[in-house]
Amino acid sequence: MAQMNMVRALNKALDETMAADERVCVIGEDVGVDGGVFRVTKGLLDTYGENRVFDTPLAECGIVGTAVGMAIYGLRPVVEIQFSGFMMQAFDQIEQNMARFRRRSRGRFPVSMVLRTPYGGGIRAVEHHSESREAYWAHTPGLKVVIPSGPRNAYSLLHASINDPDPVIFYEPKAVYRAFREEVPDVPDPIEIGTAQVVREGADITLVAYGAMMRPTLEAVEDLTEMHGVDPEVIDLLSISPMDTDTLVTSVSKTGRCVIVHEGPRTCGIAAEIIARLNENAFEHLLAPIKRVTGYDIHFPFFQVEKHFLPDADIIVDAVKETLAYE
Amino acid sequence: MPMTTTGRATEPRSLAAKLSNETLCTWLRDMLLIREFEVRSMQAYQNKKIGGFLHVYIGQEAVAVGTIAAATARDPVITAYRDHAHALARGTEARYCMAEMMGRLGGCAKGKGGSMHMFDRRRNMFGGHGIVGAQCPLGIGLAFATKYEDEVIDGGASRRITLCYFGDGALNQGSLHESMNLAGVLNLPIIFICENNGYSMGTATARGTTMAEDLTAKAVGYGFESASIDGMDVMAVYDGFMPIAEQCRETSRPAFVEIRTYRFKGHSMSDPRKYRTKDEEQRYQAMDPIERFTKYMAAERGVTEDEHEAMTRSVRKEIREAIRWAEKSPHPELGELYRDVYTDIWGPYRGTSGPEMHDKS
Ligand SMILES: Cc1ncc(C[n+]2csc(CCOP(=O)(O)OP(=O)(O)O)c2C)c(N)n1
Ligand SMILES: [Mg+2]
Repeated sequence: MAQMNMVRALNKALDETMAADERVCVIGEDVGVDGGVFRVTKGLLDTYGENRVFDTPLAECGIVGTAVGMAIYGLRPVVEIQFSGFMMQAFDQIEQNMARFRRRSRGRFPVSMVLRTPYGGGIRAVEHHSESREAYWAHTPGLKVVIPSGPRNAYSLLHASINDPDPVIFYEPKAVYRAFREEVPDVPDPIEIGTAQVVREGADITLVAYGAMMRPTLEAVEDLTEMHGVDPEVIDLLSISPMDTDTLVTSVSKTGRCVIVHEGPRTCGIAAEIIARLNENAFEHLLAPIKRVTGYDIHFPFFQVEKHFLPDADIIVDAVKETLAYE
Repeated sequence: MPMTTTGRATEPRSLAAKLSNETLCTWLRDMLLIREFEVRSMQAYQNKKIGGFLHVYIGQEAVAVGTIAAATARDPVITAYRDHAHALARGTEARYCMAEMMGRLGGCAKGKGGSMHMFDRRRNMFGGHGIVGAQCPLGIGLAFATKYEDEVIDGGASRRITLCYFGDGALNQGSLHESMNLAGVLNLPIIFICENNGYSMGTATARGTTMAEDLTAKAVGYGFESASIDGMDVMAVYDGFMPIAEQCRETSRPAFVEIRTYRFKGHSMSDPRKYRTKDEEQRYQAMDPIERFTKYMAAERGVTEDEHEAMTRSVRKEIREAIRWAEKSPHPELGELYRDVYTDIWGPYRGTSGPEMHDKS
C-alpha cells in the first residue's frame, strides 16, 4: 500500500503489466522520451526500451491502426492519445477496425488493446482539449468504455483493461490526475469491467456519476447528509460500456428516485441511456422523474465560463432536492 | 537540425534588398510587434489573465512576416494554433488578438476561441486551428473558392493564392497528404508552407518524419514546385518565397515550401524542454531573426539607433494599450454560452451575434 495520485497509479499499472507480459507495448506521441503529456508513461522507456515504449509521429489514425494490427497478430498494445479530442483523427480506425475486427473475423482475430486518453474539463482549455465524448464510444458495439474516478480504481481498472480480451477505451479524468492521493494496493483489486460500485449506501435517492464528476457528486452528498438530512445512495459507474444495469436497477428499485451526473453534452448522453434502462427495468418503483445534471449541448467553452458549464455540487444538490420534492 | 543558410540579403540579386526603406521598416516593426506581443502574452498567462494553452512564436517571426509580405491582402491565410503572428502580420489589431487571448468579448472570436483561434474575415485570416493538420483541407477549400470566384463568378483569371501554414508535425497527418493530392488534382493556387521549427512538441523532426534532411522531397510525389528557405532571415524568406508565390499566382499550380526556423521557447507554457540541449538553444538564439534584420537595417539602410529605439517604444506602447483595452473589454455574459451554436434562435440557443469584433473603446 502506498499513497499516490492517479498519474502515479496509472504508471504503476503500466509498469506492472509490462513487467508481467512482454506482449504489452506502449505507443503514442511523446510517450517515450517525454513520458507523455501528463507524464503517465514516465520512466517506462528507461525500463523497457524503445521496442516496447515508442514515440510515434503525430498521426492518430496511423497509431490506432498500427495498434489494431499489432493486436490481431497477438500483441497487447496500450495506445496513448494525448487528449481525447484527438481521437477524432482516429475515428475511422476505432470504429471500423478496433471495434469490429473480432466479429468481422468471427472471433479469429480478437483485438486485445487499450486506448488510454485524458478527457474532460477543469484545465481552462477550449473545445478539443476539454470535452467528454464517451457517448460516441459507448454507442459503438464491440468497444468497452472504462472511466475511473480515483487513483485506486484507476490502477485496478487499467490492469483489468490491459488483460481484457476486448478493445477498451480508457478515459482518464484529467481534472483528477493530480487532484488527490489515495492508498493504492500492491496488487489490483478484483474489479471487473462492467461492474459499477456502490460507494455509499442510502435510502432516499440514487446518485449516479463517474470519472471527474464523482468529486462534485460526493461534495453534494456531504452537503445533503449534513445540511439537508438526506440519505443518498451513490453509484460510481466505472464502466460506461458494458453498463452495470443490475446495480442501477437494484438501487433505484430501493430508493425510487435518481439523479445522474455527467459533464458531456446532454442530448444522447450517458444519462439518457441510464434513464432508458431504468425505465425498462424499474419503472414501477419510480417515485419521481429521473433528473439529469449534465454539460450543455454546446461545444466546450473557454475558461471564463468553464465553471458554469461543468456540473458542480450546488447544481447537484438542487437537482436532488427537486427530485425529492416531487410527489 | 541541419541548417542551410540560403540568406541572400546582401547579394545584389536579392528581391528584398530592392525594396524601399519604408517597406523594410514595416517588416522590422511587425517583427518587433510580434515579439513584444508574445513576451507580454507570456506574462499575462503567468498572471492567469490568459487561460487555456499558449503557444508563442518567438524566434519564428521572420517566417510569418516574410511570407505575408510576399502576398496580397486578398490572399487567404490559414494556419495552426501558433497563430498570433500571422494575424498581426496580416494587420489584425493587437488589441483584438489580446482580447481574444484573455477571453473577452472584444476578441477576434468574441473571446470564445482563445489563443489558438485568431480569425479576421476582413483581412482574409481564416484562423488558427487547434487540431494539427486539420486546417490543411480547409486551405484547399479556400483556394478552390478564390479561384471559383475569380474565374467562374467574375469571369476573369484566377489571381489569388492561399497561404496554408503548418508545422513539421503536421507532415505526418493524413489530412495534409490528402490536401496535397487534392490541390494537385484540382490545380489549385495554394502554397503549403511548412514551418519546420525542429520539433513537434518533444519529437525532433527527424524522429517524426521521413526525409527530414530535405523536406522538399515531400513535394516530389505530388509534382509540386518546392523550395527550402532559411527562416531565420526575413529577407531570405521573402526572396525564397516571392518567386514561388508569383508562379503559383500565374499558373494556379500548388507549391510546397519548407521554411527552417526555431522556436526559442517551449512548445507551450508547460514544457521543460528536456528533449533539446541548452547549447542548441543558444546556437539558434545567436541567429535571432530580429537582431539579424536590425543589424542589416542599421548597416545597409542607415536606420539609426534613435530611430530603432523610437520604433521599439511605439511597439511597446501599442501592446501596452492593447492589454489595457483587452482588460477593459467585458467577459462574455453567460448567455453567450448558447450563442453562435446555430445561426437562428432554436430551443435554448440564442442565435448568432453579428460582427466578430466589438469595438467598445
Ligand atoms: C491531431 C492532433 N494531435 C495531437 C495534438 C497535440 N499537439 C499539439 S501541437 C503538437 C505538436 C505539433 O508540432 P508542429 O506541427 O511541428 O507545430 P509547432 O508546435 O512546432 O509549431 C501536438 C502533438 C493536436 N493538437 N492535434
Ligand atoms: Mg514544429
